[in-house]
Amino acid sequence: MTIGSPSRLARPTSRKGSTSDDSRSRWDEVSVSTLVPKMRTEELRAYFGQAEVLKGISLPIAEKQVTAVIGPSGCGKSTFVRCLNRMHEVVPGARAVGRVLLDKQDIYQGDVDAVRVRRRVGMVFQKPNPFPTMSIRDNVLAGLRLNGERPDDPDAVVEKMLQRVALWDEVKDILGRAGTGLSGGQQQRLCIARSLALEPEVLLMDEPCSALDPIATARVEELIHDLRKTYTIVIVTHNMQQAARVANFTAFFYLGKLIEHDRTDVIFTRPKEQRTEDYITGRFG
Amino acid sequence: MFSRYARRKYTDVVVRAACVAAAVLALVPLVSVLYYVTSRGIGGISLAFFSELPKPVGESGGGMANAIVGSCKLVFLACLFGVPPGVLAGVYLAEFGHSRFGKWVRFSADVMSGLPSITVGIFVYSLVVLQTKHFSAFAGGVALGVLMLPTVTRTTEELLRLVPESLREAALGLGIPKWRATLRVMLRTAAPGIATGVMLAVARVAGESAPLLFTAFSNPFWSSGVNEPTASLPVNIYNYAVSPYEEWHRQAWAAALVLLVLVLLLNVSARLLVRSRVGTR
Repeated sequence: MTIGSPSRLARPTSRKGSTSDDSRSRWDEVSVSTLVPKMRTEELRAYFGQAEVLKGISLPIAEKQVTAVIGPSGCGKSTFVRCLNRMHEVVPGARAVGRVLLDKQDIYQGDVDAVRVRRRVGMVFQKPNPFPTMSIRDNVLAGLRLNGERPDDPDAVVEKMLQRVALWDEVKDILGRAGTGLSGGQQQRLCIARSLALEPEVLLMDEPCSALDPIATARVEELIHDLRKTYTIVIVTHNMQQAARVANFTAFFYLGKLIEHDRTDVIFTRPKEQRTEDYITGRFG
Repeated sequence: MFSRYARRKYTDVVVRAACVAAAVLALVPLVSVLYYVTSRGIGGISLAFFSELPKPVGESGGGMANAIVGSCKLVFLACLFGVPPGVLAGVYLAEFGHSRFGKWVRFSADVMSGLPSITVGIFVYSLVVLQTKHFSAFAGGVALGVLMLPTVTRTTEELLRLVPESLREAALGLGIPKWRATLRVMLRTAAPGIATGVMLAVARVAGESAPLLFTAFSNPFWSSGVNEPTASLPVNIYNYAVSPYEEWHRQAWAAALVLLVLVLLLNVSARLLVRSRVGTR
């Protein structure tokens, strides 16, 4: 099982880094200074009760790119992505202040409906969570149906979405079976299909592979490669190799603060901050 | 060293024997009730028992068809009055029950589940019977519904709490409004368990006689609609058992057997429903 060529992996000890032709061609098109942000957070602070878990995060999210959020446990990376579609406030006692712009509109402004935000900014969770009372087919359609929409041709939607997550061939004959009967990796791809059926603009992935085995992880990572042509993706991961493999940009969080945000190859080869280098070289976290 | 080991062995045997004895002892009432009711009641069971009205005193034969139908009617009405508010109250407690008001509701539901059923009978008597000025199936249904309410409420709450939080997050993450996520995802997932809870509550109230004495009362004939006094198996058992007539005693035993079988069927099917659900997971 090879995921990406070894040259893509971080070689942080070497300050010259992986500047092989292969990786250069991949990165040439984008840079932090010229990126087009789909979303942008400004001085975003998040709280659980009295505890401040995000201490003023200002971060642009590049359009149709993959942004990885890395950092040690408890650094606020999950909280951060949950703020991007207003899922943070679902937890009792949780609140967020600051600005989160989606296409230049602040989604935390008083008159913005959180429900509408979540339709534009989809989410995939750490543990695959298909609806246990629904078949595979109904799981794909769940988002549309529970939002009161009746697609003209539901079968076409189901096929298109399952094709998009490369699950169609595996499940096309068992669409009527329970979604919970699939393997973990299949369930996670089903959940991604369920999110994509709503045609979101941004897809948030909160450690989508941490409950999966390496093969299933590889499938999901391949999928992310495909999806970034169409969607803006933010992926939280505690796996630095994964960030290096799938992300164009990487943000390093530590103790609720954004330490560094740059192109992934820069973060992993010549980080500006000592703490970033310490983390990616495994000195803590 | 050895003696300590021997003593431990000895203690183990004694305690284990005590536990087995206690378990057997607990089974004795159940088995003897089943045996006794069956042996006394089986003689009174006949086709006529299920199809005919009671005969006047002195005539032999007759049945309790009206009481069997009446019991079903009362249970149906009880579900109508008890289940929807119970389920909705359970949803409230599970979803919004962290408030002071929620604690208060939960506490009163717990108190209510310990309420003597005769008290509920008197309560509904003054609330419904005195207002409408006659006994009725409606009043009986209200009384049984009130008895079901706390069980249904707490079962619904407990089962909703058992639904993984990740499903709620999945639904909310899809941009589904909270009320719809609660009804279509959370409640839907907990539905089989809630149905079981409802069936157990039904099994409990189906055997109640005390709350029906002042509400549904009794009726030796067919009752039409819900506005007439209505016969029911438990009340008939009581009336027949305290009568001085041998024939009526026989009928009371038969009615007890029918009621027992009905309640057992409800209980067993509720449990099978749960098991089949767990099996498919």
